[in-house]
Amino acid sequence: MGVLGGFAVTFKKLFEDRSTTPYPEQKREKAPRTHGRHVLNRYEDGMEKCIGCELCAGVCPARCIYVRGAENPIDDPVSPGERYGYVYEINYLRCIHCDLCVEACPTEAITESKLFEFSFTNRDDAIYTKAELVVDDQGLPKHLPWEDWRPGEEVNTSAWMRATSPGGSADYVGKVAWTAELGFGVRAPEAGQRGEASDTGGEA
Amino acid sequence: MFGDPLLAGDIGLAEVLIVLFKAAITFGIMLGSVILMIWFERKVIADLQNRVGPNQAGPWGLLQTLADGIKLIFKQDLVPSKADRFMFALAPLLAMVPAFISFAIVPLGGNFQDKGGVVSWFGHDTYFQLADPPIGFLLLLAMSSVAVYGTMLAGWSSGSKYPLLSGIRATAQAISYEAALALSLVSVLLISGSLSTHDIVVKQAGEGFLGFFPNWNIIVTGIVPFVVFLIAATAELGRTPFDLIEAEQELTGGYNTEYSSIRFGHFYLAEYMNLITMSSIMVTLFLGGPAGPIFGPSILHPVLPVVWFVLKVLMFLFAAVWARATLPRLRYDQLMDLGWKALIPIALGWVLLLAALQVGNDQNWNMGLVMVVSLGVLFVGAFLLFSALSASRQPELEEVI
Repeated sequence: MGVLGGFAVTFKKLFEDRSTTPYPEQKREKAPRTHGRHVLNRYEDGMEKCIGCELCAGVCPARCIYVRGAENPIDDPVSPGERYGYVYEINYLRCIHCDLCVEACPTEAITESKLFEFSFTNRDDAIYTKAELVVDDQGLPKHLPWEDWRPGEEVNTSAWMRATSPGGSADYVGKVAWTAELGFGVRAPEAGQRGEASDTGGEA
Repeated sequence: MFGDPLLAGDIGLAEVLIVLFKAAITFGIMLGSVILMIWFERKVIADLQNRVGPNQAGPWGLLQTLADGIKLIFKQDLVPSKADRFMFALAPLLAMVPAFISFAIVPLGGNFQDKGGVVSWFGHDTYFQLADPPIGFLLLLAMSSVAVYGTMLAGWSSGSKYPLLSGIRATAQAISYEAALALSLVSVLLISGSLSTHDIVVKQAGEGFLGFFPNWNIIVTGIVPFVVFLIAATAELGRTPFDLIEAEQELTGGYNTEYSSIRFGHFYLAEYMNLITMSSIMVTLFLGGPAGPIFGPSILHPVLPVVWFVLKVLMFLFAAVWARATLPRLRYDQLMDLGWKALIPIALGWVLLLAALQVGNDQNWNMGLVMVVSLGVLFVGAFLLFSALSASRQPELEEVI
């Protein structure tokens, strides 16, 4: 009955529901920590978080980040510290979205949004500069014409997205481990992910 | 006795025009059904595999085949530098044309219940089939052999090793299964007493066993020749589980690996045309073709036979897709074993049995005795064959041990 059983198995599939999502029209919800295109964050007072330390460029395995730091102008500082990111470029033809730059950043300046549906018609468009990467005055990522943003992809783009807690401790439940940011203030602590009863609460 | 009533008398312009009209209709039905069949196969196999299938081009993806065809036409047509250019160009046509020709002998409609399958078009009596040659389904056997040349020459003329292997496989497979295919048709011939597909359908349209079963050859010949024909036809078409000709994992694609553009499209079309033709032939020879109950208002009468025919063919087409979604590919030695050691002896034995019964019937012998003696001879033959086969395996085993 082996062969006939096989026929029965395939025939039953005719009447089963499909789990396929008709992709361009509908999209599945993305995982909360999807690695997408980067944003450069700002503090609540509008100052940029980037201090031009080039740690992200140093850690980048694809060598897609180019950073040049410069002294802050005394009369009109860009960032709160001594230096700021004078040039900041990411080449998205090379970026592998590994998030190592996010982990390396000491000030949570660079984080990733959930957007990955973007493509270019020439190489210059693929190199994002500060003009494209820095968040706007509401703290939201800029929408470029060739990017397909959907609702929900532009919130939670900040340090909330960090893959590990500061100091490497996994026990970050209920602790705010990031700084305030423009437009959102200090975000609520992240829920635990161990599947325990106390893991509820916070913003999931 | 045989032949289209249209061509019985003088042949004038009207007759020629009607034949041309029938040719155009048959061609159109074939092409249209191939386009739908490719969509049907992709859609059904997707359903059988928990997928959605083509759904972008047109409603339910119906225009997907047209889109693919247009894409293929506009692609670059490459010919390998080591290819035999003439044969390379000829092979796709050799694959495609025989499928069309075989389809010409299939009765597509006509009231077989009380009018003997004769339809009246433009005031002329004729058959609803393009041609009813005296050689009948021998044409099918000839054409399915010619179609293998398409595959074989494509493999050989590509100047490339994988297509060559595929061509060799196609040849061996065709030789192995052609015999079983023809032998199972001999049973039909014995029962019907005619090669003409039209006469075979007429024979099947009558009242059957107990007045309840249809008088179809699948029942009249005993189910065995039908099963043998079904398996052999699947092998002849190179469809799963006999698709060694196109074993992607081993041959990168088989005989059509080096083909691109519309020449590849020709092979693709030919494959599905052969599938439809073979299914139609199976319906014609074993399931009574367009024969079926005629009822309802008289406006329905010309339509119903076509509906029966399409339904019967659809059943085979679905079965082919279903088998493709279910069965894994046979190993090469299993393929050869099944052809030579199972199908050919079974088909041959069944032909002999039917022939004995037929002769006994004609000569008014004692049918019970004929039955017992022939079955006895059949079992003795089967036993001898079986022991011969197991004996041939013995030495190998001892060597291994």
